[in-house]
Amino acid sequence: MTVAAPATGYEPSALQRDRVAYRRRQTVRSVLVAAASTLVLGVLLLVAVTGAPGWERVRSSFFDPGVAWRALPDVLRGLWLNVQLLVFCATGALAVGLVAAILRTLRPAIFFPLRALATSYTYVFRGAPLIIVLYLFTFGVPGLRLTGTPPVLVLGGAALVIVYGAYLAEVFRAGIESVHPSQRAAARSLGLTYRQTMRHVVLPQAARRVAPPILNDLVALQKDVGLISLAGPIDAIRAAQIQTAQTYNYTPYVLAGVLFVLLALPLIAVTDWVTLRAARRQSAEHAA
Amino acid sequence: MSEPVLSVRAVRKVFRAGRGTNVVLDDLSLDVTEHEVVVLVGASGSGKSTLLRCVNLLETIDDGAIYLEGRHITDPRVKPDPVRQRIGIVFQSFNLFPHLTVLDNVTLAPRRVHRLTSGQARSRALALLDRVGLADKAAEYPDRLSGGQQQRVAIVRALVNAPRLMLLDEVTSALDPELVGEVLALIRDVKEQGMTMLIATHEMAFARQVADRVCFLDRGRILEEGTPEQVLGAPREPRTRQFLQRIVEAGKL
Ligand SMILES: Nc1ncnc2c1ncn2[C@@H]1O[C@H](COP(=O)(O)OP(=O)(O)OP(=O)(O)O)[C@@H](O)[C@H]1O
Ligand SMILES: [Mg+2]
Repeated sequence: MTVAAPATGYEPSALQRDRVAYRRRQTVRSVLVAAASTLVLGVLLLVAVTGAPGWERVRSSFFDPGVAWRALPDVLRGLWLNVQLLVFCATGALAVGLVAAILRTLRPAIFFPLRALATSYTYVFRGAPLIIVLYLFTFGVPGLRLTGTPPVLVLGGAALVIVYGAYLAEVFRAGIESVHPSQRAAARSLGLTYRQTMRHVVLPQAARRVAPPILNDLVALQKDVGLISLAGPIDAIRAAQIQTAQTYNYTPYVLAGVLFVLLALPLIAVTDWVTLRAARRQSAEHAA
Repeated sequence: MSEPVLSVRAVRKVFRAGRGTNVVLDDLSLDVTEHEVVVLVGASGSGKSTLLRCVNLLETIDDGAIYLEGRHITDPRVKPDPVRQRIGIVFQSFNLFPHLTVLDNVTLAPRRVHRLTSGQARSRALALLDRVGLADKAAEYPDRLSGGQQQRVAIVRALVNAPRLMLLDEVTSALDPELVGEVLALIRDVKEQGMTMLIATHEMAFARQVADRVCFLDRGRILEEGTPEQVLGAPREPRTRQFLQRIVEAGKL
C-alpha cells in the first residue's frame, strides 16, 4: 500500500497521491464509525441491563465476586479434569475418525468388510444420543462384572471418543473426497503407492480444508466431556453445581462458563492462524 | 530391429455411456521404439487421452495387451506401481500438488518411490529446474507460477525419475500462445536427449517439429500413420484431410 520508491525514479502522479490520501481518510473514517457505534450499543446495553428493576437481585445471585472467589479452587480442579479428558478424547476421536474415514474410501473388494464396518459405525453413532451411549458404557459395561473392567472415567472417555469419532469421520471423508481425482492420478502415475498418495498428497490437502469444521466439533466436544459427571467424576460444571446447591447462588456456573470460553479461545486462535497462514502461502488453493 | 519400448497390441477400451456402450479404443495397435517420438493427432474425443491413460494403467483395458520393454503390463497379476515408476506422464492441466513447493513437487517421487536421499533428490531436481530456467522458483508454490512455468515444472517432475517412456497429453492446450513456445522448446530439448515419447497434441506445427511418426486417430483406430510430411503434408485418407482442413481453417497449422 505504501507509495514512493525513489530508487527506481518512480514518482506517483498527483492523481495517484489524491487516491491514496482519499483511501486513507476513508479508512480512518470507517474505524471511527465502528468505534462510535460499538460504544453507543455498549452503553445502551449497560443502561438497559443495570437499569432493569431486577438487576440488583440478578447481580448478587449471578455475578457475586466473593462467591466466585470461594468457588474458584473447586471449579478449577474440575476444569483440570475437563482439560485432561478433552486432550485424550480429542486425540482418540481424531484418530478413530481418520481411520474410519480412510476405511470408508477404500475401494478394493478385499476391504469390503472393513468398509461396511466403518460405514455402519458412522451411521449408528451419529444417530445415537451421546447420553445414552455414555450411560451404556459407564453403567452397562461395569454391570457385566467382567474382571479388568476399566474405571468409569476411561469408559466415559471411550463413549465420547466413539460418538465424536463418528462425526469427525464424516468430516474427514468429505475432505478426502473434495481433493480432485486428478491429484490422485498425478500421484499414482509418479509411482506413489495408495498409502503414499494418501499420506503425502490427499490427506495434507484434505486436512487443511476441513480444519475449521473439525475445530467446531472439538469445541463441541470440549463442552460435552463434562457429561461424564453424570456417571460420577466431578468436572467443572458439576463442581459449580455442588457449590450452587450449597449457597443458592449461581455465580459458580457463570465462572465455569467463562473458564470454558477462555479454554476454547487459544484452540480457535491457533487453528485460524495455521489455516490462514497455509492459505496465504499457497495464495490460491481453491483456484487449482 | 530392437524390441520396441512400448507395444500396444489390439487394444479395446469401452466406456459405458448411459445404457449403451462407447467404444473409445477399437482394436488399436501401435509400437514406439527406443528414442522414437510418436505424436497422436485426431479430433476431440478420438481417444488420445484414453490411450495414454491405458498405457499408464490409470484405466483398465477391455481387450488386447500392452507391453513395456517386452513385458506384458496389462496382465492383472502385474503390480501397477513399478510399471508407473518407469513411465513419466504429463497432463493437460499440470496437476501439480498445490500444498507442496515446486522443489517438493519434483522431489516427492525420487524420495518416496525411488528412495533417493533428500540431498540427492534435491540436487537432481535443482539441476533440472535450472535447465528449464526455473531454479529461482524452487521455493514457490505452484499457484503462484504462470501456466507455462507450471507446465515446465510438471515436465521436470516426470523427467526427474529418468523414465523409460514419457507420455504427454496436450501439454500446451491450457496455455496462452506466448507460453506455448517455452514448453515446446523444452520438449524438443528432451527429444534431443534421446527420450522415447508418446505425445497427444493439437499443435500441428509442433507435431511437424518433434514427431518421428504421426498417427491420426479416428474413432479409436489409427486411420493413418507415417512421417509428419506424409500424414500432415499429403494425407491419403479423406477423414485425415477433412480433419486437417478444419485445423487450417481454425488457423492452427
Ligand atoms: N472416465 C470416462 N468415462 C466415460 N467416458 C469417458 C471417460 N473418459 C473418456 N471418455 C470418453 O471417451 C472418449 C474419448 O475421450 P478422450 O479423452 O480419450 O479423447 P481425446 O482424444 O483425448 O479428446 P481431446 O482432444 O478433447 O482431449 C470420449 O467420447 C469421452 O467421452
Ligand atoms: Mg484428451
